[in-house]
Amino acid sequence: MFYVVVLFLGLSLLMYCLFGGADFGAGILEAFTTKHAREKGEKMTYQAIAPVWEANHIWLILVVVILFSGFPRIYTEISVALHIPLTLMLLGIVLRGCFFTFRHYDAIQDRSHDYYSRIFVFSSIGTSFFLGIIAGAMSLGRITLASNVTFAERFVAPWLNYFSFSVGLFACCIFAFLAAVYLMGESEEKRIRKVFWWQAFRANLATVVAGGFVFVAAKLDGFDLIGLLVNHPLGMACLIIATLSLPLLWYSLNLGWVILPRLLAGLQVMLILMAWVIIQYPVVVQIAGNQGLTLENTRAPEASLSVLGWALLVGSALILPALFYLLRSFKGHPWHAEPGH
Amino acid sequence: MEDLLSARLQMAVSLGFHIVFACIGMVMPFLMAFSHWRWLRTGQKEYLDLTKTWSKGVAIFFATGAVSGTVLSFELGLLWPEFMRHAGPIIGMPFSWEGTAFFIEAIALGLFLYGWDRIHKWVHWATGVLVGVSGVASGIFVVAANAWMNSPQGFDWVDGQAINIDPVAAMFNKAWFTQALHMTLAAFVSTCFAVAGIHAWLLRQHQNHPLHQKALKISLTLGAIAAFLQPLSGDISAKDIAQRQPAKLAAMEALFQTSKPAPLLIGGIPNEDKQRVDYGIELPGMLSFLAHGNFDAEVTGLDQIPKDQHPPVLITHLAFQVMVGCGMLLMAVGLAFLIIQWKFKHLLGHKGFLTVVALSTPLGFLAVEAGWTVTEVGRQPWVIYGFLRTKDALTPMPGLVFPFMLFTMLYLVLAGLVTWLMIRQIRVLHLAYKPLAVSG
Ligand code: HDD
Ligand code: HEM
Ligand code: HEM
Repeated sequence: MFYVVVLFLGLSLLMYCLFGGADFGAGILEAFTTKHAREKGEKMTYQAIAPVWEANHIWLILVVVILFSGFPRIYTEISVALHIPLTLMLLGIVLRGCFFTFRHYDAIQDRSHDYYSRIFVFSSIGTSFFLGIIAGAMSLGRITLASNVTFAERFVAPWLNYFSFSVGLFACCIFAFLAAVYLMGESEEKRIRKVFWWQAFRANLATVVAGGFVFVAAKLDGFDLIGLLVNHPLGMACLIIATLSLPLLWYSLNLGWVILPRLLAGLQVMLILMAWVIIQYPVVVQIAGNQGLTLENTRAPEASLSVLGWALLVGSALILPALFYLLRSFKGHPWHAEPGH
Repeated sequence: MEDLLSARLQMAVSLGFHIVFACIGMVMPFLMAFSHWRWLRTGQKEYLDLTKTWSKGVAIFFATGAVSGTVLSFELGLLWPEFMRHAGPIIGMPFSWEGTAFFIEAIALGLFLYGWDRIHKWVHWATGVLVGVSGVASGIFVVAANAWMNSPQGFDWVDGQAINIDPVAAMFNKAWFTQALHMTLAAFVSTCFAVAGIHAWLLRQHQNHPLHQKALKISLTLGAIAAFLQPLSGDISAKDIAQRQPAKLAAMEALFQTSKPAPLLIGGIPNEDKQRVDYGIELPGMLSFLAHGNFDAEVTGLDQIPKDQHPPVLITHLAFQVMVGCGMLLMAVGLAFLIIQWKFKHLLGHKGFLTVVALSTPLGFLAVEAGWTVTEVGRQPWVIYGFLRTKDALTPMPGLVFPFMLFTMLYLVLAGLVTWLMIRQIRVLHLAYKPLAVSG
């Protein structure tokens, strides 16, 4: 059952990065769109996201629930050390979720619409950024278990650094890229496709630059990222495949294909996530001057994992057909079960 | 402000905010499904309009409920890591079932809100019912987790650690059924009366508006039934508490001295320093009867409980009075409605009656907030009753007053916005919907 639970944890995390990520990305893109294209894009974003919006963010809840019931110390140590960025991320989640809905359901269209949009855009950026910061902080290894240190060392230093920020930036870029590739496939008008093509292009460039910046920032913070990659050829391979699949993605995108580019963009996110997991395997949260927290050394007693695993298995037997039906009903085509939904 | 106090208040604000949306999320789908069913059956267009009008409002509530719930699942760790370290593996099971229920609810909601004309009409109707069923299921699962905090079982506590964990026994603890029953009824009472109140208010302004008339009937009927069952379920809860949490019962009733027989206290202001109650009315023997089913039974008072384990008496007692008071008022309104509906149908549109219903709009939610205050404050100083104290569960993070203020402000703004959006929704409804003739 341990492995079942781990599998679900990984899967939920991946799904959140893909679906939630594209969802955040759509908000980020709005910040970089001209007014006219924005109105079009906004409608499309809405149509693409709305029916499945509720389902998207439940992946995050699943991650949280699996962590606190299956690997409680990972949940509690992160909650303590990263209290501040987590709170800020939550603020973003609340604002973007509410304002996305308000914007659509407000019965009267007036100036308030612009405010909803502005808050939706800002909170989309903020949420992605802090999500990245949290991921970065988990790897950097400045989280400390000691209680005899200063406030700054315990609650600020773990995440307020170049490396975590660069990961935050990277998250924003790649989410925007995901969304652009996804939304491009949604649009029927040629002109709008063009707009999203440019957005995808710019987001792709930004992602590559931000990716480079992650390495520089790691260096600045004395974190031997390159060394880790060299020592974990599999992780390195993931990153290389992710990069090499880019030309293929662009080629197929230019041919006007819809499915393959989306799959490839999703694959890239998955590979990067995998690389992150592999290079620090088995550690999940690096701890300063201490053994890191792994799934193995934080696991809950077998009885807990076993009921958790069963709940997840039975739950998915109920959920998967329903989810499939949902996606089918709105697309009429099962292949659309991909990023952005 | 002290960190512990800030954290407790933050928890109270977040939960108090969430529960309103949770109740609406649990009950509105049933109201909509009923109206939807009437539309499919009778083909009267008002029912279709009513279903659509409600569902537009509900979408806003759902989004707000979902994000505030997400906040809660993080807050448990952000504020109470020591609690979650122990409790996570024990009560993870209801939470993971709750996650499953949410998932189904979210999928069904997507199908319901966006499925008009896209899926078969009866399948579409069924997705609406499924939203409600899974909403109630998820509510029951979380309440089971909370019941475990009141009545912890399914583990052995050795040297401050929980071992031999049995999550199934933990979920089906002694309190889960009574609490889940009482909460589910409360969700119906509060939401139905709030909905009825709003439509009654609108009926006062738009006499005989068919949409509001139908809405009023549906919601008041369901609300009245739930309001009658509520005190029965409350009585079961009280008997339960007398067994498992005598300190809470004593605080609810401000019973400072163990008494045999014990009187039921109505109103009154407990004075914790002087160990007495000012201005209360006492009904002799009633508490003994309510708690133990016998007019002469002994009821444990706070004097038998070590001083460092006393819950705050004033808050718990007042909250209990507010809950029961609101419950009684709502029952009276429900009774009035049933009598009018049965014998004096023509009075349904009477201004006086509509005013009374409109005035009772907030009472149900007031009772819910007060009831949770009884449960949660009455459990103090424990977070896991009898095992872990709230103060020992607190995060070491200092300056908790800042997140407390941040979330309080956020929720105040959101509450204001949601209200404002509802008003706009209603305004548009009346612009677009000018009924010509009066219909039944
Ligand atoms: C519409 C709401 C509502 C109404 C009218 C009532 N209650 Fe209630 N009550 C709740 C809503 C509620 C609640 C918010 O749902 C609580 C909090 C926790 C829970 O499970 O239910 C609760 C808790 C609660 C508890 C504590 C349960 C515990 O800590 O485990 C008791 C003893 C009662 N109630 C008793 C009553 C009685 C005797 C009522 C008679 C009229 C009553 N309630 C009306
Ligand atoms: C939504 C309905 C609920 C409301 C309105 C509510 C209300 C409150 C209030 C007022 C407090 C502060 C009590 C005090 O410190 O004096 C509190 C604390 C707390 N509640 Fe609840 N509660 C609800 C449901 C739950 C559920 C379902 C859980 C858990 C599974 C839970 C877990 C906690 C915890 C961990 C604390 C902090 C520790 C403590 O103060 O004992 N609550 N809640
Ligand atoms: C500590 C306590 C709680 C936590 C951690 C929690 C967590 C959550 C989460 C994560 C969601 C979002 C799910 C979604 O996306 O639909 C949610 C929604 C919901 N919660 Fe809670 N919850 C708590 C207390 C309660 C209580 C006490 C009840 C009811 C009795 C309740 C009933 C619901 C319902 C019915 C929904 C779905 C309705 C909606 O989406 O608006 N929750 N909760």
